[in-house]
Amino acid sequence: MPLIEIKGAAKGFGPPGGRTEVLKDINLAMEEGEFVVIVGYSGSGKSTLINLISGLVKPDAGVAKISGEAINGPGPDRGLVFQNYSLLPWLTVEENIALAVDEVFKDWTAAQRKEHVWKYIEMVKLKPAAHKLPKELSGGMRQRVAVARTLSMNPKVLLLDEPLSALDALTRATIQDEISEIWRQNLTTVLWITNDPDEALLLADRVIPLLPTAPATLGEPIMVDLDRPRDRKTLNHDPIFKKLRTELINTLLDAKGRMKPKTSVKLSLPDILPEDLTTVNSLQFLNRTGPRRRSDSKREEVEVVA
Amino acid sequence: MLELDRLWKTYDTPKGPATIVKNFNLKLKEGEFATLIGHSGCGKSTVLMMVAGLSDLSQGNMILAGREASGPGPDRGIVFQSPCLLPWMTAFENVMLGASQVYYTASKEERRQMVEYYLTIVGLGDAMHKYPGELSQGMRQRVGIARAFVLQPKMLLLDEPFGMLDSLTRYELQEVLLELWRRNRITTLMVTHDVDEAIFLSDRVVMMTDGPEAEVGDILQIPFERPRNRKHIMEDSRYYELRERLITFLNDKSHIRPSRDPKFVPSPDMAAELATHAPNFPAAAA
Repeated sequence: MPLIEIKGAAKGFGPPGGRTEVLKDINLAMEEGEFVVIVGYSGSGKSTLINLISGLVKPDAGVAKISGEAINGPGPDRGLVFQNYSLLPWLTVEENIALAVDEVFKDWTAAQRKEHVWKYIEMVKLKPAAHKLPKELSGGMRQRVAVARTLSMNPKVLLLDEPLSALDALTRATIQDEISEIWRQNLTTVLWITNDPDEALLLADRVIPLLPTAPATLGEPIMVDLDRPRDRKTLNHDPIFKKLRTELINTLLDAKGRMKPKTSVKLSLPDILPEDLTTVNSLQFLNRTGPRRRSDSKREEVEVVA
Repeated sequence: MLELDRLWKTYDTPKGPATIVKNFNLKLKEGEFATLIGHSGCGKSTVLMMVAGLSDLSQGNMILAGREASGPGPDRGIVFQSPCLLPWMTAFENVMLGASQVYYTASKEERRQMVEYYLTIVGLGDAMHKYPGELSQGMRQRVGIARAFVLQPKMLLLDEPFGMLDSLTRYELQEVLLELWRRNRITTLMVTHDVDEAIFLSDRVVMMTDGPEAEVGDILQIPFERPRNRKHIMEDSRYYELRERLITFLNDKSHIRPSRDPKFVPSPDMAAELATHAPNFPAAAA
């Protein structure tokens, strides 16, 4: 039995009449320990999809299940990491993580809980910053706290909604490697959402494109059969990686291209040339009745040759 | 078309002058699309802003189309990282703002046709009378691109034009840019730190060393024919070689300053560029 199963799910928003259908016919089955990445355009419904699993929204049609039971609302068995970290600004790193741990493991002793909190602070290498407030941390460090907080609840599945989109390229690469390493050691099930095809192929066992049809639906999954740990530099030469990368990008670009309504309009581009605003000589226009034209300048050239 | 000769940029700081860019030499041919690539803070944007005339040269010369250039002007169209549109004007009015300046001798009808033409090409035919607040980030940047092209500038300057967009929107806008550029081969200088973007768009990639005192570290000619098709380029075996060379430079070689390293051996493309400059280079760096 798959850990997470979505069957025929659809979701739309808005009142009847002005309704926008966002997702339709979503079918997804994730096995335990699998790393799945969903890639799609912004605004195509990726977050709605992850919210179906987290329980923050309910499908209009179809069903979303975890361990065979229908999902009715959010719960600690599904850990969620957002793009904007969502840390409590008045709590330190340790307190932010402790908040989750104290809530989920109420029957543990204080010492057990503290040890658990520190285990995760160390996992994301934030020991020196444990007593700092979120505002004293860089974006990358804040996102590490969010990951540690989520993992500390021992969720069955880790859901990440564009976790690295707000970070610069170098920090992004570091955290990609870190999360990938944490996943290899703990074998948590991960569903990661992104709009970066390279990120998807670097991390995933299976990449599923979310096609920007209206409403959006999932495309054919691409199995990423590359050895781990994956190294960016070596991947660059790997013929399998190159093939998958081309395949994934083309699938997404083609799907978008098909969506564009083809209309033809007749436009006329006047052949006028810009006036030179920098020199006083631009008053020379007094000698002519309109702008300089490209066709004029061509005619002039011919005269020079003659 | 554009000649940058021993460009320096120095800022005064409490600890004495800080040299950001030192001895920056580059020549662009007419109709060439060149890209500056380098790490954050290495001075790429400083060079671009000096060419734009928005930042003074501390030393050196800049010649644009045979004339010494100073100060900003409509002969250089700029696209910034964030499109900087005036929020109280529609997309059409934002583009018309510049167009009505440089086409003041043309008829109102011709100006309107001009603006509509460029807005339609960038894909905003239906949205040209919307305000920036009603447009997505990608659409705003399309307005920014139309605004630069409508001036028919001698040079186009792009400062990480797609840096704020997600990777898929970025691919779309790169196509838009190439489409416009294909119609009207304006000499272009672009700043980016996206290796794939540099390869897909440009004729030549100029790699900059780390700052401060940044200079040209290496140059790479991109051999793909135009018009370019992303699919074909990505399937081309040379694509990954070029990509590897740029990434290797950024990861391992960006600290090497050719002018100070006596053992520096320029690559063929770099040597071709050096040959067009004053013979005392790199001795001038002393």
